[in-house]
Amino acid sequence: MSAWTRSTKWSAALAATLGLTVVVSAAIGPVRIPPAEVVKAVLNALVVPAGIETTSQGVGPLTLPGVDLAYRSPFAFPVDRVHQQIVVGVRLPRILMAALVGFALAAAGTVMQGFFRNPMADPSIIGVSSGAAVGAVAFIVFPVALSATLTLPLVGAVDVGISYGAGVSLFAFVGSLAAAFGVYAIATRHGRTPVATLLLAGVAVQTFLGAVISYLQLQAGESLRRIVAWLMGHLSGAAWSDVAVTAVVVPPLFGVLLVYARDLNVMLLGEEEAQGLGIAVERTKRILLAASALITAAGVAFAGIIGFVGLIVPHMLRLVVGPDHRVLLPSAALAGGSFLVAADTLARAGSTELPVGVVTAAVGAPFFVYLLVTREVDEL
Amino acid sequence: MTAGSPVVGSPESPDADDPETPPIEVRDLVVSFGDVPVVSGVDLRVERGSLVGLVGPNGAGKTTVLRAIKGTLSPDAGAVRLDGDDADSLSAREAGRRVASVPQETSLAFDFRVRQVVEMGRTPHLGRFDGHGPDDERAVREAMDAAGVARFADRAITEVSGGERQRVLLARALAQATPSLLLDEPTASLDVNHAVRTLELVRDLVDDGRAALAAIHDLDVAARYCDEIVVLADGGVRAAGPPAEVLTADALRDAFDAEAFVGESPATGTPTVTAFDATDGGEANNGAEPDDETDPRRVHVVGRGRPAGRAVARVAAAGHAVSVGVVPEGDAVAGVAADADATAVTAPPFAAVPDERRAEAVALAREADVTVAVGEVGRVEPRTATGGETEANAAVLAASDRVARIGGDGDRFGDDELLDAVRETDGPDTSDR
Repeated sequence: MSAWTRSTKWSAALAATLGLTVVVSAAIGPVRIPPAEVVKAVLNALVVPAGIETTSQGVGPLTLPGVDLAYRSPFAFPVDRVHQQIVVGVRLPRILMAALVGFALAAAGTVMQGFFRNPMADPSIIGVSSGAAVGAVAFIVFPVALSATLTLPLVGAVDVGISYGAGVSLFAFVGSLAAAFGVYAIATRHGRTPVATLLLAGVAVQTFLGAVISYLQLQAGESLRRIVAWLMGHLSGAAWSDVAVTAVVVPPLFGVLLVYARDLNVMLLGEEEAQGLGIAVERTKRILLAASALITAAGVAFAGIIGFVGLIVPHMLRLVVGPDHRVLLPSAALAGGSFLVAADTLARAGSTELPVGVVTAAVGAPFFVYLLVTREVDEL
Repeated sequence: MTAGSPVVGSPESPDADDPETPPIEVRDLVVSFGDVPVVSGVDLRVERGSLVGLVGPNGAGKTTVLRAIKGTLSPDAGAVRLDGDDADSLSAREAGRRVASVPQETSLAFDFRVRQVVEMGRTPHLGRFDGHGPDDERAVREAMDAAGVARFADRAITEVSGGERQRVLLARALAQATPSLLLDEPTASLDVNHAVRTLELVRDLVDDGRAALAAIHDLDVAARYCDEIVVLADGGVRAAGPPAEVLTADALRDAFDAEAFVGESPATGTPTVTAFDATDGGEANNGAEPDDETDPRRVHVVGRGRPAGRAVARVAAAGHAVSVGVVPEGDAVAGVAADADATAVTAPPFAAVPDERRAEAVALAREADVTVAVGEVGRVEPRTATGGETEANAAVLAASDRVARIGGDGDRFGDDELLDAVRETDGPDTSDR
């Protein structure tokens, strides 16, 4: 059976698992909703394009013709209106956000472990998480208004800007990319980026950024609580708009990683050998690094620092499907989605909501110890 | 492609058509690490159907030359050409279809199956999303059969032994189906059986029309399998040519700073090299440089059999001019003397030594700075019943100015004892010419 065929089979099975996890998760909460009703509510919310409508829009003194797609809902199951609202309006965005973040972190973790030829690597290794944390914390401590009222000719006054939450995410995203690029720049000499240097540069930058975060926390005063919550990782408050942004960013980056899955296999042999087998090593490394940094940044920008997903999930899946990245990468990503959805469900199921990062670490660390004790890790 | 069944999938070279273009050509290669020149001015060519051995002491730059050909380091000057094209101008993929290399070790940290590792050899032939086609399957299967790894194809690469892993790497290179092969110590971690099988396989591939360049430590192995040997030392080519021409005691002393005796292997008929520690005999050589060639002496050896042969080999390796006699025809020492280019005075066994032979041996002993008597020969009183040789040798010893007796005790003697004897008997007080 060829690797891509195996990959498709595993992906289909794990995608089905993810779907099931999402449905079960949406059923759980202060209001219990039967899974069948969850499915109906979700189907009811689906829309398909039904046709094109022309509209005319008045903008200032002009009237502009506009074209809109008309949507229609193909399903109309009878569902309690409150339940419909809870599932689609409240729970689903958060659950889908968890799935996307878990997917992104597990994919990036898989690639980093292969890239560094080290099963202890995780997405934060090149400073992405620390950079995101500095960006987010800085914004929380020194919030700047990211809105303005512009006066445009013909149109008049227009308010542009983003919300406070989006500001945190934006700063986190920029911070993570800046940190990753800094690590890359430090480790690169004469167009070559030795993996060992990159690892050490990552450690150095993470340590430095850790100091910055501690300092900012000292200066935080009132907003300390918000900082701590962000640093521990959270998915509460996810809105459909956040999900939409993440859903646009993550899949194409994952596509890039998947395209390089076979090259990543060969890179595991060592860079010289990969070169001898026809891989343009430095270019491949740059692409893998950039795509992993971006996909991780997209994950942590919204959700904060959620540990262990990117470390544990690739490990578990490597034990199950083997080390071939063509199979491992999609499997680990889909399993990462399921894992984070399940962890977040646990986090919000109790009487007091826990940060999801606490749950992943609390579940992940003992599992990791188990792997160490049973020697599975040695053999990876 | 040659007629007959190739051992493993024929090379899929883009321009293997022009037989004049050497698959591997290195011209005036210069590589430095920082300010330290590692290789300077190396030229070499590997033709189709030729196995070239790269030999030389540690640090001579063998691996550096291989890496420059592979393209994993860029030379400071000079050119590497693969099938006539400048290696710099080739994409990694294109280069990967022309040269495959077998590294000494692999750093694979995850438990890929052996089969998967061999399949990776097909990478340069595949498009980004191509699955393995029938050609790829066949190349992988044939490579695994040829390298003898098919038996454990489904085991994890992390679980096989070092020797098995090296054969997996060979199989991977074979699956790559390139016109040229680079091997870095291909037999370093193999047992004798697999070392021979590996080299026979490489030999077959080469006879099939490929070109191979192998860094080899074992000079005997290099002499046995290579068509040509290139001796690298201090970053330059010291000698190049057929093994019998290149592997000489002088060339080896020059390249390796070692005393070596080059004989002919009775089993294969190819040169066999025995190296000695040049610092042996420390007392007489007090504090001198290891490669200090204590001015060569004329040494005459009297004795027979293997102990005398060993003495001839060691003294010759130390750079002294050696003569032997009288020895029975066909005695072991006569063979060693022939390998060492030493003059040997022989006589028919079990018969009286002809007068002119006896006179010849006596003359040699008289000319010599020292005569070494190995074993019993120095002690036994001549008895007519034992035949002429013993009696003749007594005369030879009697004619010598200085006689060193070694190995009187059951024919055993150490190299130090021998070399000290050669040097000390001609002490500083005696005449230097």
